[in-house]
Amino acid sequence: MEPIDLDLDENELELPSEPMHLNMGPSHPAMHGTVRIVLELSGETIVKSDVQIGYLHRGFEKMCERGTWGQVFPYVDRLNYVSPMLNNVGYALAVEKMCEIQVPDRCQWYRMILGELARMSDHLTCTGAMAMELGAFTPFLWYIKAREMIWDILEEETGARLTHSFGRIGGMANPPTPALKEMCKNSIKAVLSLVEEGEGMLLKNRIFLDRLEGVGIISGADAIALSWTGPCLRASGVAYDVRKSHPYLKYDEVDFDMPLGKNGDNLDRFLIRLAELRQSARIILQACDRMADEGPVNCDDPRVVLPPKSEVYTTIEGTIQHFKLIMEGAKVPAGECYSYTEGGNGELGFYLVSDGTGTPYRVRIRPPCFAITGGLSKLINGAMLSDIVPTFGSLNMIGGECDH
Amino acid sequence: MSERVLEVLKAKFGDAVLKTHSQFGDDTAIVDAKSWKAVCRFLRDDPQMSFDMFTDLCGVDYPDRNPRIEVVLHLYSTQRRHRVRLKCAVGDEDMGGCEVDSICDLWVGANWFEREAYDLVGVTFKGHPDLRRILMYPEFEGHPLLKDYPADRAQPLVPYRTEAEAGVPLEKLAPFAHDEGMPFGRHPTREHGEN
Amino acid sequence: MGELKQVTLDASESSGFATTKLDALLGWARKWSLFKYPFVTACCGMEFMSLTSPRFDGTARFGAEAPRFSPRQSDLLWVVGTISQRQAPVLKRIYEQMMEPKWVLAFGTCASCGGFYDNYTTVPGIDKIIPCDVYVPGCPPRPEAVIDGLMLLQDKIARGDKTPGIVKPHEDPAAGVVKLRRSKDSER
Repeated sequence: MEPIDLDLDENELELPSEPMHLNMGPSHPAMHGTVRIVLELSGETIVKSDVQIGYLHRGFEKMCERGTWGQVFPYVDRLNYVSPMLNNVGYALAVEKMCEIQVPDRCQWYRMILGELARMSDHLTCTGAMAMELGAFTPFLWYIKAREMIWDILEEETGARLTHSFGRIGGMANPPTPALKEMCKNSIKAVLSLVEEGEGMLLKNRIFLDRLEGVGIISGADAIALSWTGPCLRASGVAYDVRKSHPYLKYDEVDFDMPLGKNGDNLDRFLIRLAELRQSARIILQACDRMADEGPVNCDDPRVVLPPKSEVYTTIEGTIQHFKLIMEGAKVPAGECYSYTEGGNGELGFYLVSDGTGTPYRVRIRPPCFAITGGLSKLINGAMLSDIVPTFGSLNMIGGECDH
Repeated sequence: MSERVLEVLKAKFGDAVLKTHSQFGDDTAIVDAKSWKAVCRFLRDDPQMSFDMFTDLCGVDYPDRNPRIEVVLHLYSTQRRHRVRLKCAVGDEDMGGCEVDSICDLWVGANWFEREAYDLVGVTFKGHPDLRRILMYPEFEGHPLLKDYPADRAQPLVPYRTEAEAGVPLEKLAPFAHDEGMPFGRHPTREHGEN
Repeated sequence: MGELKQVTLDASESSGFATTKLDALLGWARKWSLFKYPFVTACCGMEFMSLTSPRFDGTARFGAEAPRFSPRQSDLLWVVGTISQRQAPVLKRIYEQMMEPKWVLAFGTCASCGGFYDNYTTVPGIDKIIPCDVYVPGCPPRPEAVIDGLMLLQDKIARGDKTPGIVKPHEDPAAGVVKLRRSKDSER
C-alpha cells in the first residue's frame, strides 16, 4: 500500500512542522556506558545529532600526577574496563620504553597470553551486548558464560576477575601459575564452541542481518580521516593493526591473520570481532607452547623492580630499594615518549612526560574509542532512530576509555 | 624511526622549526605556533610525508616555562608507516594568548581532540567549528589539567546533602587528611604540610 | 552470615520495624518482586552483567531480575559504577522520578564513597545526592558480594528497616594473622 502522504505537498498542509528533539539520555538501556545523544529528528530519520560524552570523566590524567609511576596501574585498568590487561601491558610497555629496559622473554609471552585473553573478553562482551540490544538475549548469556571461563583463568593468574592491576614496570606482579597452560587449552576450546553456537543463532537470522547489514557504513578513507583504528577501521578494509605493522612483545613470532572487512557496515564490525576472537585464541595457544615453564618474569633492573620480600626483610639493600621504589617511585628518565599498542578498540597510546622524579609529570592516554565515538555523528546522520542501537553497539565505546 | 621527516621539515620550514629531537626513538619537531597549520598541511599533503592519520592531540602545562602550554600533536602515515610528533608552545602565565590554529579541516578526527584540549587545558583553537567543553560540563569553571588547578576542587552541580537531612552519618574518612597526603605528591601552589 | 543475623526487634514506633501482619505481608511481597532500574555507568557494569549471567544468577532467583528502564516502573535503583559530577543531576532526577516505596543499592566502591577517584569530577558517594539503602563495596565487587547485598536489602525490606547497611566480608582474611600484644591493663 502506498504511503498516504505521497501526494501531499508540504505547503498545502500549512502545518507548522518543527524538527523534533529527542534526547537519548545518559542513562539508557542500549547505550554501552554513559553517553548522551541529542537528536534532531524528522520523522524517524535523524537530521542532526550531537554526541555528548564526559559522563564518566574520572580525571585519570590528573590522578596519575598525584602518585608514583607504579600507582598508575589501578587507574589504567579502569580505562578500558572490558580488557584491562591490555591497558596494563600498554602502560607498562610505555614506561619501559622510557626507562629503556626490556622484560625477559617469559614475561613477554605471559603478557601476550593475558592480553589476548583480555581481548577475547572484550570482543565477547561487545558482540554479546550488540546481540542483546537487538533482542537476542540468549547469545548474550552464552557469550557471558564464555567470558566467565576466561575470567576464571585471569582470576587464577592475577587474583581478580576484572580489574587486575597485574602489570608492573619491568615485569608482572607474579609469575605464571602452573595451571595456566592447561586452563588456557581447555577453556579456549569451550569458549570457541560457545562462540560458534552463538554465531549459529545469529548469523542466519534475517532480522539480525537486516538490522546490521548496510547500516552504519563508513568508507576506509573516511575512517582514516576520523582517526579510527582497530576493528572498526579494519572493517572498512584498511589493513592497520599495531600488532602487525609495528610488532611489540613477541607478536612478530606468532602466526595470526588480520581479518579485514569489505563494506564497513555494522555487520562487518560484528563479524570482524568474532574473527579476531579466533585469531586471539590462535595466538594464546601458540604463546602457551612457546612460553618457558621456568625463568624470571621480572627484569633485573633494581631501579624499577621491587626486590623479593625475603631480601627486603633480611638485607639492607633490599630494604632501601623497596623503600625508595614505594615512597619515591621508580625514577623514570626525564623526557617524553609516546608508546602505542593494540588495545581492544584500536591504537591505545600513552604519551608520558617525565621530569626525572618518581611522580609522573603528565600521563596522557590516547583512547581509541574517543576517536571512534567522534565519528558516531557522521554514521547516524541520515539513518533511522533505531539504527543508532546496532551502530553504537558495533563501535564498542567503552565509557572509561572514552571519557578517561 | 623517521628522522627523514625531521630533516625535510627543517629544510622546508627553516626557522619555523625551532628544535628537533628523537628522544626514546620518537621523532619530535617543535614548531612556531604561527606556522602550526602550514606545517600540518605540508605533512598531510606532501607525497613523501603523507601523514593521513591524525593520532593524538593534547596539551601539557609547564608553568615554569614561558609560553607555558605545549600543544602536542602525533601524526601517523598508514602508507609510509612513519610517525612524527609536533609541538608548539602557547600561552603566557595567565593563559593569555593561548591560541593556535585548528587543524580540523585537515583531519576531521581532530575535532574532538581539540575540544578536549580546550576543555582540560584551556587552549583555544582558532577556526574550530564547535569549540565547547566535551568532558566537563558547561558550568565548570577553569581547566582541570592545569598545574594550578587543585585536583580535589570539585564544583558540584547538585549540592551535597547534609547529615541533618540524611539522618545518617555521611562522612567517610579518607585514609589521609589534607595535610597528611603523599610525600611525593605534587602541590605546585602550596608546600607540603600547609593547607 | 553476619549481616543477616536477626537483630532484636524494637517494638517502639520510631524504629520503623514491621509490626503488623499486613506490613509483614507487604514486606514479603515487595522483597520478592523488585523491579530494578540498572543505572550502569562504569566497570561495575561488567560485574553487573556477570551477576545476571547463568553462573551466578544473582537476580532472577530473587525475583529481582526484571529491568525497567523507566523510573516510573521500577522500585530498586541499582547505581552501578562511578557517578561523576556531570552525571549527578541525572541520577538525582531519576531518583526523584521513582515512586515510593523505593530503594537504592550502591553497587561498588565508587557509588558508595567515590572510590579512589578523590578528585574534581567524582561524586564521593551517591549518598551525597540521594539516600542509599545498601552499600556493596568492592572494585568491582564479586557477584557473590552483590547477592549478599541484595539479600541484605531484602531483609531490610521485610522488616521495614530504613537504616542503611553495608555488605561486609564473611571473614576477614587478615584476622588471626597478626596478633597484637596487649597489656593486661588495657580494656580492648
